Amino acid sequence: MIINSRFFNRSELLGFLALAVLLFLVLPLSLDIFRLNLVAKYLTYAFVGIGLVLCWGYGGILSLGQGVFFGLGGYCMAMYLKLEASSVANTQIQSTPGIPDFMDWNQLTSLPFFWKPFHSFPVTLLAILLVPAVFALIIGAAMFKRRVGGVYFAIITQAIAAILTILIVGQQGYTGGINGITDLRTLHGWDIRTDHAKYILYFVEVALLFGCICAAQFIRLTKLGRILVAMREQEDRVRFSGYSVANFKIFAFCAAAVFAAIGGAMFTLEVGFMSPSFVGIVPSIEMVIYTAVGGRMSIFGAVWGALLVNFAKTSLSESFPQLWLFGLGALFIAVVLAFPNGLSGIWADHVQPRIDRLLASRKSKSAAGLIADGAPAE
Amino acid sequence: MSDETKPGLKSPLRRKLLMGMAALPAVSMLGRPAFADVPATSAVNTTGLAVTDSEVTVGILHSVTGTMAISETGSVEAEKLAIEQINAAGGVLGRKIKFIQEDGASDWPTFAEKAKKLLVNDKCAAVMGCWTSASRKAVLPVFEQYNGMLYYPTFYEGLEQSKNVIYTGQEATQQIIAGLDWVNKTKGAKSFYLLGSDYIWPRTSNKIARKHIENHLQGCKVVGEEYFPLGSTQFNSVINKIKLTKPDVIYAIIVGGSNVAFYKQLKAAGIDLSKQTLLTISVTEDEIDGIGGENIAGAYACMKYFQSLDNPNNKAFVPAFKKMWGEKTVIGDVTQAAYLGPWLWKLTVEKAQSFDIDKIAAASPGVEFKGAPEGYVRIHENHHLWSKTRVGRAKADGQYELIYETADLVEPDPFPKGYQ
Repeated sequence: MIINSRFFNRSELLGFLALAVLLFLVLPLSLDIFRLNLVAKYLTYAFVGIGLVLCWGYGGILSLGQGVFFGLGGYCMAMYLKLEASSVANTQIQSTPGIPDFMDWNQLTSLPFFWKPFHSFPVTLLAILLVPAVFALIIGAAMFKRRVGGVYFAIITQAIAAILTILIVGQQGYTGGINGITDLRTLHGWDIRTDHAKYILYFVEVALLFGCICAAQFIRLTKLGRILVAMREQEDRVRFSGYSVANFKIFAFCAAAVFAAIGGAMFTLEVGFMSPSFVGIVPSIEMVIYTAVGGRMSIFGAVWGALLVNFAKTSLSESFPQLWLFGLGALFIAVVLAFPNGLSGIWADHVQPRIDRLLASRKSKSAAGLIADGAPAE
Repeated sequence: MSDETKPGLKSPLRRKLLMGMAALPAVSMLGRPAFADVPATSAVNTTGLAVTDSEVTVGILHSVTGTMAISETGSVEAEKLAIEQINAAGGVLGRKIKFIQEDGASDWPTFAEKAKKLLVNDKCAAVMGCWTSASRKAVLPVFEQYNGMLYYPTFYEGLEQSKNVIYTGQEATQQIIAGLDWVNKTKGAKSFYLLGSDYIWPRTSNKIARKHIENHLQGCKVVGEEYFPLGSTQFNSVINKIKLTKPDVIYAIIVGGSNVAFYKQLKAAGIDLSKQTLLTISVTEDEIDGIGGENIAGAYACMKYFQSLDNPNNKAFVPAFKKMWGEKTVIGDVTQAAYLGPWLWKLTVEKAQSFDIDKIAAASPGVEFKGAPEGYVRIHENHHLWSKTRVGRAKADGQYELIYETADLVEPDPFPKGYQ
């Protein structure tokens, strides 16, 4: 508790506990496995959201291409699962047994070289983290060293998302094309499609999510986190103070990419397939919207945003199959217009003060120094 | 959860009805013979599907938003029409069909999510749905895992067969081989230029077409093969190549909105489809609606159904469809195949005398539907349909004129030997 009391301030600790109770107890006990699996799917976007809070909310680097990293992580996992599902015994009817079915349809007769490492589970796990990180490093180095930032950077990330989608769709013999990589069955011999497995995967995912929350909180609280905020507010001053702005930006971007990739890999496990429709521009922008709705300055806000927006998406589309997109659009506009700091802004502006007043009136007044938590003005 | 609450909501009403009937013994005696041929729910539904004494729930899963909505809307309309007609004719095993519609939103993972919802949450006895291969590939594991039954309407690339799917459209060989034979025989075509949108269906179809042209047609060859990204609108370079190579036949499998650009540019480049033979397997009356009849008039299409078919079933079907959905609607090949879904399911359930998925799957082979607008269809052991292949020629009014049809039903062969 001593560490915690410094690691999280009181309101953050409250948010942490509330989220932990919700995800570990309330949802698993109250939802059937189908709905819980949907929650697990929503939460995979929360990983992306946490990354965006770091890189956009704190670092001021708006990336509209997080789908790229989500997709890279997801594809790495999917490649491993697909190879396992394409054993020689399972693919007897193909002209070349032992390779994924879509390769066979596209007249490939042997496994491409870049698929071979994915026979190994440890290599796959490493690849999930390293491939997006290295890719982000290359993009980041190319952009930030040249002092490309702001809107230009956002546009370039979009272009990268578009390029990667076209590449995946076009090279369908190697990637599964627009269908994606489907019909994934087992992870290291363990059937991921059973209800039992879905429960276990859910808890693994929630545990990973809290791991990422703590990692993000740690980054935020170090000197590094403060430099990120300083960079966002006054980039030149930070540069003149002798810091290498580009390196800090690259780090934030890479960290966000790794978080997104973990989410993508979990997505593949939870949903059982991966397709280019998570890589492109639209899903990337949606991911930014989740973060904006949750509040881009708040790590917990990002999680709530991903949960609530996706929940709204599912329930609206179930109730109004033809009109739901309009409803969702209206919701976004309303949130952005009325609450520019998102859900966490509502909490910080309206709910938190009341709780504080309540506590203050009970104890002697000691609730000072909480303002530091709020977002500095843009 | 929901299917536990539904009977609970209904039961007070039913009790009132029963009490009313008890007060009128004569009525209840009259009523009895009518109910006698409705088999008990416990007998026809042993696996907990959403079947009550008076109702059975099925799912409709298509995109009604997003880029595919324009294509899939026809399927939704056809399925709703079929369900209404079946209900008007007394339902399935004495039960009215109730449908739950979900939107796949042109997004494959959404299809998987909604399929799961329809099977796990709503316990649908059958699902009519999907359009693109990608969406089918996304839902297939869901249907196999939760043992559901999908009626899939689109002509597709084959290479698939599942206990949990009935494919009411043609697999690739049914659409391709008879058409190529016809164009070779009647037009004396020797050289072919293959075009397609860049995804699995056109690629696989062109692969089958190429094998057939090179191995089975005497002295014929493929002079070019090209693919374009989905949604592509630039066809000028390939049109120039076509002008240079002068193939006897342009074989086009371009899908969706790209068609509009392709046929307009073809016309603008001076390729006159009344002289240059073009055979397509991807343009139905629905697409012509967007392309404009005057831009495609003269092209040949190989399908199993055209709105203009002249048979008694179709003469009843087309007006019924237009009455329900408006005079201006057109009916393409897939729309008709979607219409078959609910009917084939009804006939199969009645043959099996059960809603159980395993029994339906086992009873499906051999089920025949004599009322099909395309004529007569029968389900094969491999869960695809025996159906005729037809060639039509596009007219300026957007309809096809039937030119040729196979004498017999063509056997579906999703894993064609020698074509892979």
